[in-house]
Amino acid sequence: MSEAALHKPWRSLRRQREAAEFGLWVFLASEVMFFACALTGYAVNRVLWPEAFAAAARETNVLYGTINTGILLTSSLTMAVAAESARAGLRRLTLVCLGVTIAFGLAFLMVKGLEYAEDIEKHLVPGPGFRLDQPAAQIFFAFYWLLTAVHALHMTIGLCLVGTLLAQAWRGSRPLSSPAFEAAGLYWHFVDLVWIFLYPLLYLAGRS
Amino acid sequence: MSGLTAERAIPDRPGRAENYLTAETGLASWLLTTDHKRIGLLYMAAITVFFFLGGAAAFLLRLELFTPEGDLLSADSYNRAFTFHGVVMVWFFLIPSIPNILGNFMLPLMIGAKDLAFPRLNLISWYIFVAAGLIAVYTLVSGGVDTGWTFYTPLTTAFSNGNVLAAAAAVFVAGFSTIATAVNFIATVHLLRAPGLTWFRLPLFVWAIYATSIVMVLATPVLAMVLLLISAERAFGIPIFDPLRGGDPILFQHLFWFYSHPAVYIMILPSFGVISEVVTCYARRRVFGYSFMVYALLWIALVGFLVWGHHMFVSGQSLFANLVFSFLSFVVAVPSAIKVFNWTATLYRGQIVFDAPMIYALGFIGLFTIGGLTGLFLASVPVDIHVTDTYFVVAHFHYIMVGGAVSALYGGLSYWWPKITGRMYPEAWARFAAVMMFFGFGFTFFPMFIMGFLGMPRRYHVYPQEFQVWHVLASGGALILAVAYLLPMGYLAWSLIWGRRAIANPWGATGLEWQTSSPPPTENFDTPPVVVQGPYNYHPEHEGPPAMDREPHSPQGGQPV
Ligand SMILES: [Cu+2]
Repeated sequence: MSEAALHKPWRSLRRQREAAEFGLWVFLASEVMFFACALTGYAVNRVLWPEAFAAAARETNVLYGTINTGILLTSSLTMAVAAESARAGLRRLTLVCLGVTIAFGLAFLMVKGLEYAEDIEKHLVPGPGFRLDQPAAQIFFAFYWLLTAVHALHMTIGLCLVGTLLAQAWRGSRPLSSPAFEAAGLYWHFVDLVWIFLYPLLYLAGRS
Repeated sequence: MSGLTAERAIPDRPGRAENYLTAETGLASWLLTTDHKRIGLLYMAAITVFFFLGGAAAFLLRLELFTPEGDLLSADSYNRAFTFHGVVMVWFFLIPSIPNILGNFMLPLMIGAKDLAFPRLNLISWYIFVAAGLIAVYTLVSGGVDTGWTFYTPLTTAFSNGNVLAAAAAVFVAGFSTIATAVNFIATVHLLRAPGLTWFRLPLFVWAIYATSIVMVLATPVLAMVLLLISAERAFGIPIFDPLRGGDPILFQHLFWFYSHPAVYIMILPSFGVISEVVTCYARRRVFGYSFMVYALLWIALVGFLVWGHHMFVSGQSLFANLVFSFLSFVVAVPSAIKVFNWTATLYRGQIVFDAPMIYALGFIGLFTIGGLTGLFLASVPVDIHVTDTYFVVAHFHYIMVGGAVSALYGGLSYWWPKITGRMYPEAWARFAAVMMFFGFGFTFFPMFIMGFLGMPRRYHVYPQEFQVWHVLASGGALILAVAYLLPMGYLAWSLIWGRRAIANPWGATGLEWQTSSPPPTENFDTPPVVVQGPYNYHPEHEGPPAMDREPHSPQGGQPV
């Protein structure tokens, strides 16, 4: 089984697994800078327009946000269990945990969709007819839409990855010793972590 | 040559079945390959196409500027031409050129690996690059963009009537390719070094590619997000950079230059690596101050992130910020100066051979020094305010990017050509082209310093009569430069069929990449190499090279003609 998972430049499976994880960490450094750029823009504007940002942040639906935070944190747990059990060679547990992770991920996107629908109904899309008077409130919602949309896109990519791994593990075309499970787990936790930053910045700001 | 492999016989040429060029045949074997050497050649093909496109746009610009009137291009089409020139040359030629052609090909060979860490990712990154390039070409076909490669807001977001979204998409997608390549290089250097190849035994080219990759990984995503922001603003009317609705256009400049200053180092750091390899080989010298060369690379990579404000001295940024950024820009010049001094010191008492790669390298050192010193002019606030947005700036960064990076690309290509193709290039033609490139470059860009200092602003298609003499000089030089760029393409292509066959190590160089046949077998090495000493072992340590008994000058490694 380990023979099948070993690819060309590598001499040992241990080294190859190390590389997959290391490579993913380096990629995540890149992702951190990606979000950091937008968060810097958010921070600058929040310092420039504190009242408008507080007023705008009170318009977001903290209930949906909190539910989603809970869902994501739990999904990280199941993803971690999936990666560990794949490493330990426990096929059933891996499959179940990957499935549950996907279910949580879809639930997150569904809640997010409901929230988006409500936001549109409440005229929280920047542009003519915006709900709040202060112009800078639109800047807050520009960041809100941009950051949550980019996060949701990352969630979707994560779901595709986990779904592919689930299918491959199910059919047995990918050995459980493959470093891909661990790598997908790292990515999933990162997307979770981004939300941990977005939740207080977008939902809790202005509610203290 | 080096004691390392004296005992081990290396075949000069691989058998037909092992040669990476002939091991598999057919189009599919190239388009689906995961071999880093073949992918390097795929990149070479794609990047050459973009070099032609960007060069054609430059040719149009220089042709238009031959006379003070706008007789060839309208103001609008001139804007579109220089934007296309900038976008293509920066993101589709300079940034990928040395890392993706020479780095892709040489990095695994130089560290004794069979391939890059993630061979399939390497191939995917090429396809992403080509897709991005097609979007860039689509941008041109659909009318082009008139904003300049810097995409300043609110021009891009509110006023431009060009296809900004397509141009931003092209650069955005190219970023994925850059990041994928950089992740691959970093993982390769960390995890695939040959036994005994410790960090401080790495050749400086490997260090340079490694430092570049770090900058790529940390800077490129910032550009991606900034492009996403302007695209969202243009497409959906969000107000982040719109001053009419409380947004801040200067924020865009901060974020853009936070990427684009490090991007200059993405373009020039790999050249530093190439020059270090070439200078040591053709001076038969150990590199002077190896560890300082390494620290200088890392220092540049780090401090390069802290100087972006020197592009914004006239943006209304506070005087305090101006002075801090000015100071930091002087700080980042120190390691570059260290590198120039160390190359020069490497030449001292060396047995210098003026083969084509060395001529390119010496040309690089000269042009880079001028480019770097004029960079210090621009880093001092008062001078910068005088020459902001003039041809002085244009001349400065072309000295770094074209005089520097392109000379190094051609030098590196000549140096490694026997390894890549198994054929020798014609030395006389190559020397001629190298000298011609140096002078053509000087004629093109030195007049720009003068007219810039006299007040000729950049990005105008018409100009007052008094500047014509400088513009004519520059346009004439550009013609020489164009020939100097095309000539190597001709003779290198010629050498593929009629060039003499290369031996494994035609230059008597010390790097691991020369310890295998030319061209290398698919698996790179017949026996995995083991390293027992540092790089550039051209003479015993702590001893100069023998000054009295010089090796007789032997062009092209003294091979029988
Ligand atoms: Cu700069």
